[in-house]
Amino acid sequence: MNSIILTVTARVLGPVLLLFSLFVLFRGHQEPGGGFAGGLLAASAFSIRAIRKDVELSLPVEPHALIGTGLLLAVSSGLASVVLGRPFMTAIWFPYVSTVLLFDIGVYLTVMGVVLMTVYALAEEKS
Amino acid sequence: MNGFVVLPLLIPLVSAASSILFWRRRMIQRWLGLSSSFLLLGSGLLLLYTIREHGIQAMQVGGWPAPFGITLVADLFTGIMVTLAGLIGSAVAVYSVANIDARRETFGFHPLLQVLLMGVSGAFLTGDIFNLYVWFEVMLIASFVLLGLGGERKQLEGGFKYVTLNLVSSALFLAGVGLLYGAAGTLNMADLAVKLRNANEPALVTALAMIFLTAFGIKAAVFPLFFWLPASYHTPPVAISAVFAGLLTKVGVYAIIRVFTLVFVQDVAYTHGLILGISALTMITGVLGAAAQNDFRRILSFHIVSQIGYMTMGLGLYTSIALAGSVFYIVHHIIVKTNLFLISGIVERRTGSFQLKQMGGLYHASPLLALLFLIPAFSLAGIPPLSGFFAKFILIRAGLENEEYAIVAVALMVGLLTLFSMTKIWAEAFWKPAPNEFGPRPVHRTMWAPAVALAVLTICIGFGAGPVYELSEQTARQLMDPTAYIQAVLGVSR
Amino acid sequence: MIYLLAVVIGGLYSAGFYMMARRSLLKLVIGLALLSHATNLLIFTVSGVSRGRPPLIPDGQALAGGVSDPLPQALILTALVISFGILAFALALVLRTNESVGTDDLDEMRTTEQ
Repeated sequence: MNSIILTVTARVLGPVLLLFSLFVLFRGHQEPGGGFAGGLLAASAFSIRAIRKDVELSLPVEPHALIGTGLLLAVSSGLASVVLGRPFMTAIWFPYVSTVLLFDIGVYLTVMGVVLMTVYALAEEKS
Repeated sequence: MNGFVVLPLLIPLVSAASSILFWRRRMIQRWLGLSSSFLLLGSGLLLLYTIREHGIQAMQVGGWPAPFGITLVADLFTGIMVTLAGLIGSAVAVYSVANIDARRETFGFHPLLQVLLMGVSGAFLTGDIFNLYVWFEVMLIASFVLLGLGGERKQLEGGFKYVTLNLVSSALFLAGVGLLYGAAGTLNMADLAVKLRNANEPALVTALAMIFLTAFGIKAAVFPLFFWLPASYHTPPVAISAVFAGLLTKVGVYAIIRVFTLVFVQDVAYTHGLILGISALTMITGVLGAAAQNDFRRILSFHIVSQIGYMTMGLGLYTSIALAGSVFYIVHHIIVKTNLFLISGIVERRTGSFQLKQMGGLYHASPLLALLFLIPAFSLAGIPPLSGFFAKFILIRAGLENEEYAIVAVALMVGLLTLFSMTKIWAEAFWKPAPNEFGPRPVHRTMWAPAVALAVLTICIGFGAGPVYELSEQTARQLMDPTAYIQAVLGVSR
Repeated sequence: MIYLLAVVIGGLYSAGFYMMARRSLLKLVIGLALLSHATNLLIFTVSGVSRGRPPLIPDGQALAGGVSDPLPQALILTALVISFGILAFALALVLRTNESVGTDDLDEMRTTEQ
């Protein structure tokens, strides 16, 4: 699609959405927010670009890589507690960071990957 | 710390995630899938061994104490089922090397199979009824995609029936979970068992039990809720139908047995009597449906339905011996049924069709294949000394002890009709002369190997019925007296 | 309030089953969606509808006026995400089936039943 409004909006809104998605992700540590909502926002940032331009340009890696990395990150966050001899997925807290955050980042990447995979598949089918 | 309770979930998950990471590399995915399936089998055996040595294993995920957090709990029944899931996963992973075409592999067959195995193991391991719903959905979504993978017309048509009925079942299941939470205020199955035992509204609990029976009944394909199964199981490639036939309906049976031995035992005369009646009708309709079919895999699909009746029959009788029979039957059935589906794939490679009319002359063309078919076919019909004979024998003995002569008569008659069905396949595919010439088509040895291995296993269970029965009996005793289960879940904190 | 919700749930269930009984594939999927909405609302209702009570309170604060149960919301959220995924899949399946079979009439999909 080649509308000037969409072009300008995508250029401006894309980075803002991406930044906001990171904000939501980290805010989820203590307050409402988190990986799922953040991942959806990040996916929408790239989806806007996918609607405007051809698919290839918008994301540097394949969505599959995001899903795989995200899942592995989430699993490893759960395994950290097993190494310390506690039940699987027990949260370990440090100042500022925790395994919960790692899990959330995993969810963020997975959700983003799944949504983008769907959007790209639909976009390719149309063209 | 018994961290390895979680292994049967982690192994397939890590494998699936890594496979997605290597999305364009089919060979890597294939090896990841193979190794993870065998690791799953190994972890199942490890789990089974530990449970036998040290009793029921429980783990509070995230360190949240029992009735509040999610508990993973493994008793002998779980151990047996996880081991079987690993076994079938391994057999199908090997078989798929030659059976699944490159296109389906590029669209993610291997990670999907692993997600399916993860869902199945999760359903076996969880001790929380809402978590059971979640694992069911994990398993279902993977099975939906596997069933439709390739997008052939018949796959899509059969797939829609499968998807719809399973979604209705999920909605019912979820409604049941919600109502149960409203009635008891907990979702932990051990805690539910304690709370509902002293419930002051037994009628409400029985009504809830019926919702769960319907929901799980659709998944297990019991009478009259089985129509989706023979409409869909014969549509995808053989490797996929084999894993469906071996594992998926058995997850439904597992769920029925689990909740009707642990949670819903307030009005046994009514609920379990109903299950017994359903079992009889399931056996009869399944086997009669099979008699009318002419497609190799459709015959086998109807037999799945009829065999489900035997598995729930043990629960309906609700004695230690009868449940031992059910467990034995599940072990026998999963191995034999998967094997028959795998063999149907080899037959299809040789003759180019699943239609019995198009087949023939296989006895002369390949005596080994004929022998390979006869072992599971006779086992399914219950010919001694194969595994099916002992499974049926235990159930029938339990029926006689309970003086339920009607169900015993049905079980015996259905065994005979099963033999008739198997003879029909034998006569059409193997004995009669070939209707049209088919050249010598080589069948890859990765398709032979799992079929032969499962056939050998069937014979082993037949000749080594003693130890298997002993294990089934221990399992049944744990199921009949859930005190140890409840103790393991609620007694352990952190 | 609870009676109103009960009526709504009943209405959603009956509408859902009615839509599923139609011959069109797309209506079937709409029926499935209504069914899952009805179920979520059912969980919400049976686990106790309360007004103005917080599900979470700060550490150490007293329970003034009681709290509401946070678990049903967590259950519904999980169920919602699952049904969202499955609905998306079902719609893709409708699209694909429509392309391959050329109709969305369920009565014409009998090739697997011969």
